[in-house]
Amino acid sequence: MFRQVWLAAVLTAPVTMALAQTPVKIGILNDRTGVYADFSGPGAVVAAHLAVEDFKALDKGLDVTIVFADHQNKPDVGAAIARQWYDSDGVDAIFDVPTSSVALAVSQITRDKNKAFVVSGAGTAELTGKQCSPNTVHWTYDTYALANVTGGALVKQGGDSWFFITADYAFGQALERDTSAVVVRNGGKVLGSVKTPFPNSDFSSALLQAQGSGAKVVGLANAGGDTVNSIKQAGEFGITESGQKLAALLADLATIHTLTAKVAQGLVLTEPFYWDQNDGTRAFSKRFSAAFDGKKPTSPQAGVYAGVLHYLKAVAALKSAKDGAAVVAKMKDIPTDDPLFGKGSIRVDGRTLHNMYLFEVKKPGESTDPWDLYKTLATVPGAEAFRPLSEGGCPLAAK
Amino acid sequence: MTAIYGVPLQALFGQLLLGLINGSFYAVLSLGLAIIFGLLNNINFAHGAQYMMGAFAAWMLLNYAGLGFWWALILAPLLVGLFGIVLERVLISRLYRLDHLYGFLLTFGLALILQGIFQSKYGVSGLAYAIPGELAGGQRLPFMFLPNYRVFVIVASLAVCLSVWLAIEKTMLGAYLRAATENPALVAAFGVNVPLLLTLTYGGGVALAAFAGVLAAPIYSVNPNMGADIIIVVFAVVVIGGMGSILGSVVTGYALGLVEGLTKVFYPEGSATVIYVIMALVLLIKPAGLFGRTN
Repeated sequence: MFRQVWLAAVLTAPVTMALAQTPVKIGILNDRTGVYADFSGPGAVVAAHLAVEDFKALDKGLDVTIVFADHQNKPDVGAAIARQWYDSDGVDAIFDVPTSSVALAVSQITRDKNKAFVVSGAGTAELTGKQCSPNTVHWTYDTYALANVTGGALVKQGGDSWFFITADYAFGQALERDTSAVVVRNGGKVLGSVKTPFPNSDFSSALLQAQGSGAKVVGLANAGGDTVNSIKQAGEFGITESGQKLAALLADLATIHTLTAKVAQGLVLTEPFYWDQNDGTRAFSKRFSAAFDGKKPTSPQAGVYAGVLHYLKAVAALKSAKDGAAVVAKMKDIPTDDPLFGKGSIRVDGRTLHNMYLFEVKKPGESTDPWDLYKTLATVPGAEAFRPLSEGGCPLAAK
Repeated sequence: MTAIYGVPLQALFGQLLLGLINGSFYAVLSLGLAIIFGLLNNINFAHGAQYMMGAFAAWMLLNYAGLGFWWALILAPLLVGLFGIVLERVLISRLYRLDHLYGFLLTFGLALILQGIFQSKYGVSGLAYAIPGELAGGQRLPFMFLPNYRVFVIVASLAVCLSVWLAIEKTMLGAYLRAATENPALVAAFGVNVPLLLTLTYGGGVALAAFAGVLAAPIYSVNPNMGADIIIVVFAVVVIGGMGSILGSVVTGYALGLVEGLTKVFYPEGSATVIYVIMALVLLIKPAGLFGRTN
């Protein structure tokens, strides 16, 4: 059963300079071949290299090395790599780590070894909740914010009756529960839901029930291949054409690009980043595309860029990467500011606060390029989008 | 509105129709498997990968050669079938003298390799393939919105299943095929080129998988793992129908699609499991399958 654990190391500019350099070794740990490979994967490594380049690390006395590995979405594999990196390979910080179970395992190991962990790809809000850590920063998004922004903003725009198509496992059920709560809190109502087996390829029966319910919004509480199939078949059954809004609670640019604007048109989703937002995001995305087969960066990849940049600022200020908790404390001290997420801050529980956006997928007529996919429906400031500090139950917040 | 056990009759009709559509995929796929097993005695575990290749072939024909869905419906099965023929000649034919298990392991390994190749080239998010313009849109029936494409899937799969069945039951080639299934040595003694027959049969079975893949491309996600998801269900269908029974595999394919559709109305959570429950029951009561014969 065991596939070989792929480990590869890339040394960036091992130039020995006359002045004393602070060595920094960062590891990008994610899924390079499985379901999340397009979501973060190799693109996250490209983003990390661009961050090191933009920080002009060598000029600032930092000698940065980047390594990467594939955790195959398995907590045991991810934990083994993290331990090896920290214990024998001299890695100072780990970035990205999609798949919540792996991220929680790596967060615990990072704390035990007093290193630093900046999460981009994983979504569980537990990372800044009960399982928060003084060594962990959660950068890009979390499940609470997705449910909160999609549910809240849509109800405010008149989508006050919902029907859920839910993947029948812990993640799908949590997403449905969280979003339902937001919908009800904002004065909307939930008309019903249907649980589909996980994974599932045929959603026609669920879509038929959603259509029959007469709900204004059909919420897709699923992920990955399930989301692709359900959006594709919703188009076929004319869900959006007949006036219902389709809201994907977890979808990303790579998925929508795959589906194309023709199939996904009208779909509503929440993301923290889109490449075509302003001059800063466009300039970065152009360089990213040039280095990565013409693909545009996804949110987790942008999160790795911004996270690495901010991490290096903290290390440069301390002139050492060895004490992980000290570096993370410094990261919380310095306000965050980068071209992709704008100005923001990192809260005591490790949550990075930045804007979240409600996007709608453009119609084929409005989209001029296969990557020209979103228009902004609403901008929600970080303080409103993410879970309030007091509700997370993070022990660090109690101090 | 009339209702059965709290389920509106209208919803029931809708689900039964959808079940029939899923059954179409099961039927075409299990038909290919049954033909291959019947003649070659080989459990073709690469069937799912070949179904995936059919969908990818359709995508490639469109994007690299500019040939649309209707061309793909003919060309993709031919191309993938040809690939199957090469596979049979080069690898599978060498294992006929050995235990079934070797053929099973070989095709399983091939499936993993094929999936891996497509994964490294095309990623895992899948590719877009639009419904052909002629079949876009749908009919508003009293009880549901029925997309035109789904109607086409039922018609096309029924036509293919029927013509394959006729070809096997009513033509000379089919007669050779059935005879070779019974006793290859004797048929060879009459001057029939049995190895060629085996090769063509494998190619034909693979072409059927690719045909199902082309049908699936516009409605399911075209990704390297699409075959791995469906192949287990199809194996259950073949086991329930009776290994190697042509008619059994087709009838069981459609019937299980309907049963699955019914389950989705009354207990959606169980719809992924119901086929395996039926399989277990059938194996207990009639180990050779519903249409199978015990040798």
